[in-house]
Amino acid sequence: MLLLILKRIGLGLITLFIVSLITFVGVEVLPGDACTTYLEREAYGAALDACIKRLGLDVPAYERYLDWASNVIRGDFGYSLSGEMPINEVLGPRVKNSLVLASVSILIGIPLAIVLGIITALWRDKLPDIMISTITIFSMTIPEFISATLLILIVAIWLGWLPGIVIIPSDATFYELISNIILPVVAISMIMTAHMARMVRSSVIQVMASDYVQMAILKGVPYWKMVFRHVLPNALLPAINVVALTIAWLLGGVVVTEVVFNYPGLGRLVIESISNRDLPVVQALAIILASIYVGINLIADLMTLMLNPRLKSLQIRK
Amino acid sequence: MNEIIESVKNLSIGFNSQKGKQISILRNVSTNIKKGETVGIVGESGSGKSTLALAMMGYIKQGLFPLKGECLFKSEDLLKMSSRQLEKIRGRKIAMIPQNAGQALTPNLKIGYQIDEALKLHTDLNKTERDKKISELLNKVRLPSPETMAFRYPHELSGGQQQRVAVAMALAGKPDLLLLDEPTTGLDVTTQAHVLELLRFIAKDTGTSMIYVSHDLGAIAQVSDRIVVMYAGEIVLEGPARKILKEPIHPYTYGLLKSIPKLSLAGLPASMPGSQPQPGSINEGCSFYDRCNLANDNCKKNSPDLEHIKELDTNVRCFNYKELINQNNNLQTSITKKSNNSEANEVLKLKDVSISYAKQKFFDQLLNKISDQNPTVKDINIDIKKGETIALVGESGSGKSTILKSIAGLLKTKDGQIKFEKDRILSSDLKKRNPNDLRAIQLIFQNPDESLNPNHTVEQILSQPLKLYFNLSGDELKKNIIDLLKKVRLGEFYMSRYPRQLSGGEKQRVAVARAFAAKPDIILCDEVTSALDVSVQAAVLNLLQQLKEDLGTTYVFVSHDLAVVRAISDRVAVLYQGRLCEIGPSQNVYKFPSHPYTEVLLGAVLEPDPDIKPKLVAEDIVEEKPPEKGCSFQGRCPRKIGDICNSEVPPWQIGENGNAIRCHINIDELASLQQ
Repeated sequence: MLLLILKRIGLGLITLFIVSLITFVGVEVLPGDACTTYLEREAYGAALDACIKRLGLDVPAYERYLDWASNVIRGDFGYSLSGEMPINEVLGPRVKNSLVLASVSILIGIPLAIVLGIITALWRDKLPDIMISTITIFSMTIPEFISATLLILIVAIWLGWLPGIVIIPSDATFYELISNIILPVVAISMIMTAHMARMVRSSVIQVMASDYVQMAILKGVPYWKMVFRHVLPNALLPAINVVALTIAWLLGGVVVTEVVFNYPGLGRLVIESISNRDLPVVQALAIILASIYVGINLIADLMTLMLNPRLKSLQIRK
Repeated sequence: MNEIIESVKNLSIGFNSQKGKQISILRNVSTNIKKGETVGIVGESGSGKSTLALAMMGYIKQGLFPLKGECLFKSEDLLKMSSRQLEKIRGRKIAMIPQNAGQALTPNLKIGYQIDEALKLHTDLNKTERDKKISELLNKVRLPSPETMAFRYPHELSGGQQQRVAVAMALAGKPDLLLLDEPTTGLDVTTQAHVLELLRFIAKDTGTSMIYVSHDLGAIAQVSDRIVVMYAGEIVLEGPARKILKEPIHPYTYGLLKSIPKLSLAGLPASMPGSQPQPGSINEGCSFYDRCNLANDNCKKNSPDLEHIKELDTNVRCFNYKELINQNNNLQTSITKKSNNSEANEVLKLKDVSISYAKQKFFDQLLNKISDQNPTVKDINIDIKKGETIALVGESGSGKSTILKSIAGLLKTKDGQIKFEKDRILSSDLKKRNPNDLRAIQLIFQNPDESLNPNHTVEQILSQPLKLYFNLSGDELKKNIIDLLKKVRLGEFYMSRYPRQLSGGEKQRVAVARAFAAKPDIILCDEVTSALDVSVQAAVLNLLQQLKEDLGTTYVFVSHDLAVVRAISDRVAVLYQGRLCEIGPSQNVYKFPSHPYTEVLLGAVLEPDPDIKPKLVAEDIVEEKPPEKGCSFQGRCPRKIGDICNSEVPPWQIGENGNAIRCHINIDELASLQQ
């Protein structure tokens, strides 16, 4: 088991290494470099030379990669060009904001999705299923920029209940924070919950049709006990991986929603730094987002392994 | 003894078709189950036997609903009860033993929990009493080390053990009636015989009534006091087991019994024409009319009622049953097959073949080290003559399908050679074989549902090999397809059909036609009849034999069903754990089984005759992999003589009957031991 975990972590690190190489090479082969971008029209003569010297662009690429990589391992991503401050300081608040948005959405969205999925599956083709399924399919199909815009129009502009644009001062109180993020959370949860609820529904339906559920019924197990002991543990296992992907997607930047609500999270930072050609920040973001995906998928795989007795003993036997 | 515990009255169950028509899959079924009695319900797939059994627990599958009638358990109608009331009866009064215990045990719950759950629901015992009861139950179903067994998950057990757990779980509530839905289908022959023996013991020991549902008349014959035969949703024959099996007076039962291959008979079983009608397709007349050789105009127009014949204590649904009464007992007949010329040339030779599933590790590969010293299949030497049918038999894990796959080139051999036509070595890599060798060896798979592309018509399926190997097109292609269909007794109009529009037997015929399209020298048959109903199986076996006699094809026939192998093969090779035990002409191997494993295997076969009981000589332990040295059968052998069996691979001995065996005991001595 331990060996397996180590193996998976090793694979994850290799993935990250490859991601770092690709982003570094990608930045390298772009026409121009950080200095030409930064200096723009003044990028000639002494100013350019000075800049190249200052940023250390005169050494060979592989040396710069090693230098950059060893700094990253120590947790230092270097300097942002446009902000002219350490990238860590740029990232810090953004990561925090994204975490707040993601965790609130997760706390609301995932339990809701599971409950809705179970309800629709157990009352399959009856009124509760038909109603909930119609709504979920509806909210799945509307693109988020439309649903987000509509939310702003109705709740913020027509009704005036909540702010339409997110402005979070650094000393925001809890109430201010919550009232600011309600709309983005709703917009994100709509899509996320709908997808996951559909997944849970089909998974529960599949398990309900299995031989062992029929057996439990014929054994005389009361309905709800059967649902909780025999159905749900087996039906929710495959959902773990989907939940993981959703969490990674949330943390990695719900780009469109962040832009619509002007939310200062990681997703918007990606867009901003690309349009500013702030290459060190782009590099740093690529590494961070890749780490999030790798890390969360790793956790999900290990959880599936722990919870599924079949896989667990298979691994131990090996 | 005569107290009736459950009675089904005029029960019909059906569904609404897409056109809004009511279609019944169970029609007007009435029967009674008496206390302490075991009733066998037998029928082919689609006969409604499982629907009937489940209805007897008040359970109706989703999509179906009762149209009329009632299921009275102790004079209360189960079909009218609320789910609350049913929970009180299920498991406590009526318990179920499912078909596939591997899938019927909840995968995330331990064995002990699942039995405990039944105890908690249906008894008043406290925790310590229940724990004691769990080991008692596990002990009763003869599971090894009951104390630790309770802490295992279902997947950690073998198929036979899982089935025993299901039995223990059913017994937990001390039910009055046990419902067994194909409880031994899917188990190995020896395991099946042991589980049946256990069930018989439990029935006797506890006095529980049992309803035993199966398609297998062999298993039914071993356990039943009374037999109910179902066909197309109706009961067609019902009576005492011995009468039904020895003197069936319904033409369907008669034909069914004749179509079962029997161990004691060489030659092929007689087949019944056609297949069971689909639900809803019968409008008037007898449902068996199309396939019946006693049918007359009356049968076409009117459907017979179930008639009680007092002197035979039997109910029968047939106008002409009298023609079958007192008819001489000629169930024990078969069609003799032409045996092949034993002087024929060798067409395929397996020399020292070993196959391993273990992946070679990267570093071992670099160092050129052979990592698997104990391969799945080892030392296989078989010479196959042109025009013969050689059968490979063995239980699951015996490596029979593995050998077949490596002959086909789907699996690489680790050692040894496969030689084709006069010492030409076939590459073990499919990509390196030339097109003519590929054409010469064709494969027919077990399940035609999976081996035929559902999106292709029969014409497309059959045209592929013709185009690939013979470059046919246009009229010539079409003519060849029609010829092929004619060979497998299918009409020209089948060309435009899709596999889903065909019955199981018709699909397998198309698969046979596809194999013959390549004009092969050798056809590899992988359990080709095990997905088919008995009456259809006989027809496919007869077809294969006919084609072989006409075209001189060689068959390598893999099956777990010893009676089927007896019927079709000229020679038989018995495998255990990937090693050959015995090989020889079929009639001799079956008449004088020499190797202890052959003896065990043949002894466990269930015959559809209540007077022939299986002989259980060895324990049904499941071995996960072959022993590293010595005889492959050392772990289970009832005739083991000592250390030599554990340390040395036994030598080949050839008996006077032409059987070759691998055993340390002298072959003549083995024969006298069996007396």
